[in-house]
Amino acid sequence: MKPLLPVGEIAKGVLAGDRRSVAKAITIIENNASKAQELIASIYPHTGKAHIIGITGPPGSGKSTLIGKIIREYRRKGKTVGVIAVDPTSPFTGGAFLGDRIRMQELSTDQGVFIRSMATRNYLGGIARATKGAVKVLDAAGKDTVIVETVGAGQSEVEIIKIGQTIVVVCAPGLGDEIQAIKAGIMEIGDIFVVNKADREDANKAVMDIQAMLQLNNKEKKWRPTVLKTTALTGEGVSQLIEKIEEHKLFLEQELERNTSRGKAESELAEAIKEKVANSIIEELKSEGKFEEFLQKILEKKMDPASVAEKLLNEKFRKQVQKCQN
Amino acid sequence: MQSERKIRILIAKPGLDSHDRGAKIVARALRDAGMEVIYTGLRQTPEQIVETALQEDVDIIGLSILSGAHKVLFPRIMELVEQKGLTDVMVFAGGIIPEEDVPEMKKLGIKEIFGPGTPTEKIVQFVFENLPERT
Ligand code: B12
Ligand SMILES: Nc1nc2c(ncn2[C@@H]2O[C@H](COP(=O)(O)OP(=O)(O)O)[C@@H](O)[C@H]2O)c(=O)[nH]1
Ligand SMILES: [Mg+2]
Repeated sequence: MKPLLPVGEIAKGVLAGDRRSVAKAITIIENNASKAQELIASIYPHTGKAHIIGITGPPGSGKSTLIGKIIREYRRKGKTVGVIAVDPTSPFTGGAFLGDRIRMQELSTDQGVFIRSMATRNYLGGIARATKGAVKVLDAAGKDTVIVETVGAGQSEVEIIKIGQTIVVVCAPGLGDEIQAIKAGIMEIGDIFVVNKADREDANKAVMDIQAMLQLNNKEKKWRPTVLKTTALTGEGVSQLIEKIEEHKLFLEQELERNTSRGKAESELAEAIKEKVANSIIEELKSEGKFEEFLQKILEKKMDPASVAEKLLNEKFRKQVQKCQN
Repeated sequence: MQSERKIRILIAKPGLDSHDRGAKIVARALRDAGMEVIYTGLRQTPEQIVETALQEDVDIIGLSILSGAHKVLFPRIMELVEQKGLTDVMVFAGGIIPEEDVPEMKKLGIKEIFGPGTPTEKIVQFVFENLPERT
């Protein structure tokens, strides 16, 4: 067996931009070993420099192909790029087929590009639990731009807004009722909308449909989302997309930077507390044997999980709860 | 926090042949056995394959080749695996590789070679039994 690389070594490698260390760091974060926290802590001071782009939209709209072309365009401008491409884990087998990078392989040997595929491992919201940490690793490793491809998103897969600074919603004509597909939820999170597969004839209609929808939505937004057309297969429209992304980045820097980074720090802190508290309560319940006892009740269908959770928490925090209610 | 290991495996198609049925069938079987399978797509250079394995931090590289070019491509791939320090990665292969070439390929460090008609269960079992220890 190979000797265990200490986290400190890996963190050092990440900061030096060493590719093997970056890969290992992401694995550590994915496997949620206790080392993940230590690792994030040691690279955290070196994050915050990258521009983080979230690419979302229905499956098959061309997100991966488009990312391939976006990378090429950024490389042409001399910028380095990291990509986290998320695909779903099968809830039945726990396995996953990660095929996004097939469409980006052209750039796989470019030293200024790092692409990592990631399975959701049943995390909900369109990304994986480890996505955020992986983005931090790529950021700390010095990538100028980090792109996250979500699993094909429906209405509830909007977790990407917690990570991405510029959200690009990609749809395409011919996916059935594509406008319907992006209507709820992800419509609200887009900073830029892209109708990809502009080589298809009904692309203009899709553009108009989205524009009409946006007019209803954008009442008093400072940033007005626009709709662009691309043909990811040929790269047409991609440089205009990059221009728009850069424009949004500038907008964030000028108008919102302090607020957004504060907001992100705030939600990250809240998340970290939530996870710690939840884990420690579960551990405690397990060690008291309560967890198992009530699990049995659920298995016997005597109680449902939500009621059990409420009952357990009520018992556990009776005092505090009473105090709060007073 | 518990530590949960998932087997990550790269299925790669080196060279210029576009026979991808076998690669896809093997990929699906491994996915259905609970693994995270990264597929490179067709026509990959040895450099692309090994660099992908590095970035994806896979436990295993599976090469699928039916073109007859394994005698040129496999040595180069194994050389790069060594060069990039992926010495804890297991490499195995399948496709059309004549019986007489197998010993030479194994000498390069290719752990096993599965030819046409191999039941996918056998491949899955082999993976589980030959999983490299990882840190
Ligand atoms: C179907 C087929 C095609 C299809 C491919 C369709 C596709 N998308 O895959 C088409 C018609 C396109 C085709 C074209 C050609 N073919 Co063709 N083709 C075949 C054929 C009949 C079957 C291959 C197949 O799909 N088998 C089914 C799959 C499931 O089996 P498999 O790939 O062997 O995979 C199994 C194992 O090998 C193993 N395995 C495979 N990969 C991996 C990877 C790992 C990691 C592991 C563990 C295991 C593993 O597990 C799988 C399950 O058991 C074979 C003959 C044969 N009997 O193999 C010829 C064959 C491969 N073709 C051949 C040739 C020459 C060609 C052409 C050059 C013909 C021509 N002159 O145009 C072209 C090349 C096209 C190109 N650009 O590459 C030759 C190759 C000769 C050689 N290597 O010396 C063969 C062997 C026929 C022959 N006897 O001459 N072909
Ligand atoms: N006609 C056309 N097809 C495209 C275009 N972009 C992507 N595709 C195809 O659409 C399919 C899905 O692309 P992919 O990038 O995997 O979509 P994703 O699921 O959103 O990541 C692939 O077959 C692509 O080749 C385009 O601009 N025009
Ligand atoms: Mg994709």
